[in-house]
Amino acid sequence: MSDATAFGLCASALIGLGLYGLIVNPQPLRKILAFNVIGSGVFMLFGAIARRGAAAGMGGDPVPQALLITGIVVAFSATALAVALLLRLHAATGTATLATDPPPPAPDRDA
Amino acid sequence: MNTTPGGWLLILAVLLPFLGVMLGLVLGGRRAQHLAALILPLGLAIAVGIAATWLQTDGAVVYVLGGWTPPLGIALRADGPAVVMIGAIALVVCAIGVYARADFGLAAGAPEARAPLVYWLLLMAVWGSLNLVFVSGDLFTLYVALELLTFSGVPLVCLDGRGETLRSALRYLLFALAGSILYLLGAVLLYGGYGTLDIALLADSVAPEPIAWAAAALMTVGLLAKTALFPLHIWLPPAHAGAPAAASAVLSALVIKGSWFLVVRLWFDVMPNVVTLPSAQLLAAMGAMAIVVGSVVALRQERLKLLVAYSTVAQIGYLFLMFPLAFDATGSALAQDAALTAGVLQAVAHATAKAGMFMAAGLIYVALGHDRISDLAGVARAMPVTVITFVVSGVALMGVVPSGAYLAKKLLLDAADQSGQWWWTIVLQGGAVFTAGYVVLFLVSVLRRPAEPLVPAKRVARSSELAALALSVTSLLLALAALGPVSGDLVSNPLAPKEIGTTLLVLLGGALLAFMLARQPPTGPAGAAAGAASASIRRLLSPVGSAFEGADGYVRRWPSASIGLVTLAVLFGWLLVHGSGG
Repeated sequence: MSDATAFGLCASALIGLGLYGLIVNPQPLRKILAFNVIGSGVFMLFGAIARRGAAAGMGGDPVPQALLITGIVVAFSATALAVALLLRLHAATGTATLATDPPPPAPDRDA
Repeated sequence: MNTTPGGWLLILAVLLPFLGVMLGLVLGGRRAQHLAALILPLGLAIAVGIAATWLQTDGAVVYVLGGWTPPLGIALRADGPAVVMIGAIALVVCAIGVYARADFGLAAGAPEARAPLVYWLLLMAVWGSLNLVFVSGDLFTLYVALELLTFSGVPLVCLDGRGETLRSALRYLLFALAGSILYLLGAVLLYGGYGTLDIALLADSVAPEPIAWAAAALMTVGLLAKTALFPLHIWLPPAHAGAPAAASAVLSALVIKGSWFLVVRLWFDVMPNVVTLPSAQLLAAMGAMAIVVGSVVALRQERLKLLVAYSTVAQIGYLFLMFPLAFDATGSALAQDAALTAGVLQAVAHATAKAGMFMAAGLIYVALGHDRISDLAGVARAMPVTVITFVVSGVALMGVVPSGAYLAKKLLLDAADQSGQWWWTIVLQGGAVFTAGYVVLFLVSVLRRPAEPLVPAKRVARSSELAALALSVTSLLLALAALGPVSGDLVSNPLAPKEIGTTLLVLLGGALLAFMLARQPPTGPAGAAAGAASASIRRLLSPVGSAFEGADGYVRRWPSASIGLVTLAVLFGWLLVHGSGG
């Protein structure tokens, strides 16, 4: 197994783990972490692709590396915004849940 | 590919709003609104400039950043749909700006507050991000633009900082992030397969094979989550419930158009030979479900604001009906033809009409201090301009001649005829009846005579009322404006017997629907007459309405929505593989 394949498989595992966490964890903070795990998986996959595309004596394809840096900055900003919202939510309500269940619809008035 | 004359206008269209954001942040408080008042008309002028340049250019307006051509460099491109969207969005942003001066303008001497500053900055940020979405020529820049759009859209939900709105904002952000990471994964796969992310270069090299199928499925579903297409509309209704009307108009009319436009780019420009007719049918089937569920739940809302929000869920469905109709008769490849024109026209019609509708609902809320549909009696007499705005928006969305929605519907019906997909004809015709339903419900509520004359708690600004009316009228007259690019005698006389007959039929159907499904039946002279006989019908249909509400509540729970996201990605992938015949 080549380096690129090994990294690619690790990346897939990270994405799968992250998706699982995003779906089943009810706490927002865990969802934010799960999002970051998926993000790491995607970035790792991009790294593996850069490695595979190595040519002309270079260790890797430089374009994905440039995009990766940007992607990490975007993911970092997203995390910062989400955590800031979560902190405000906690300060305002004292809880930090998404309260996933909407209230049941009110009964018909004329029924 | 080289920079075309006037290409620098594209740079300006993106940079000017962001320049406004940064200057506004530095200047702060009171000056932000004056800055916005300066930037908004300037941006509109730039949009007009881009349109004028495009008309003189053969093909697209292009700007190659730093002189580096793709695949190494990045190019900005504005083709027909992009130019139309830039213009339409500029118009809507300016109208929203005029409207919002009443809500977020600081009177001289008033203490500075946080919300107005943030609102004006975010309005400009949303605008700049949208322009970037429209002109981006490569998939990674589009990813960044999409994230910028989300980051500027989310805080609009929680401007007042109450716990409930913060929760809605967080839910919106998390679901949007799940969508964008799927999009990024798809983009990474495409780079791995073809070594470029430039749209034009990708279109030449992409082939129907596993990596393209996987990328298409992931990116499409990720974008649908951001567009809030049923059943992925988890974030939309709560987001609108607590946001001020000026922010709701931005979210509903503008923000969701960004990710929708990206789906169009992806399907029509990047991989027209990869997507298949069955996958397009799935997309439109989700749209049809959105129309039915969104409309029925809209009819059962108690608050006007939420009625409009759920009607947005339904209107998003319309935007996806064009995809299967864009395939030619053999169903082998996407062809850029009347269906794409219809889709863009629909998007513009919706952006203008829905912004007007949210503004009208917001004005009613401001004037009365509440927006309970059952307590709107007398509003028609107290605020005639606002009521007319709401009704004109509704009529424009119904697709009455000569609205933009009418022309779009006509083009799509023709396409459905030509490709033999008769089932979409039913959806296209039936959708208008649902829209008519809530227009009738609203109209009956506001026309009722109150027990004592209604005295508005607060006077609304005349400029706000007129800004909303201007947008609604624009949507109603859009077909006339669009006749330049669309040839042929497609618009008939609105007063011809056939058109009046159709309109009346649609309104009648809508009245019937509103009467049977609304939580409180619209009571009027007709309602009273039919009263006793209809009670049994209503008792029969009430569980149907509740069932729709229950289904909507169920798919809007986090686990079902996120599992739906993954399932849909798998389903799209399967349909892409299956439909290619390989």
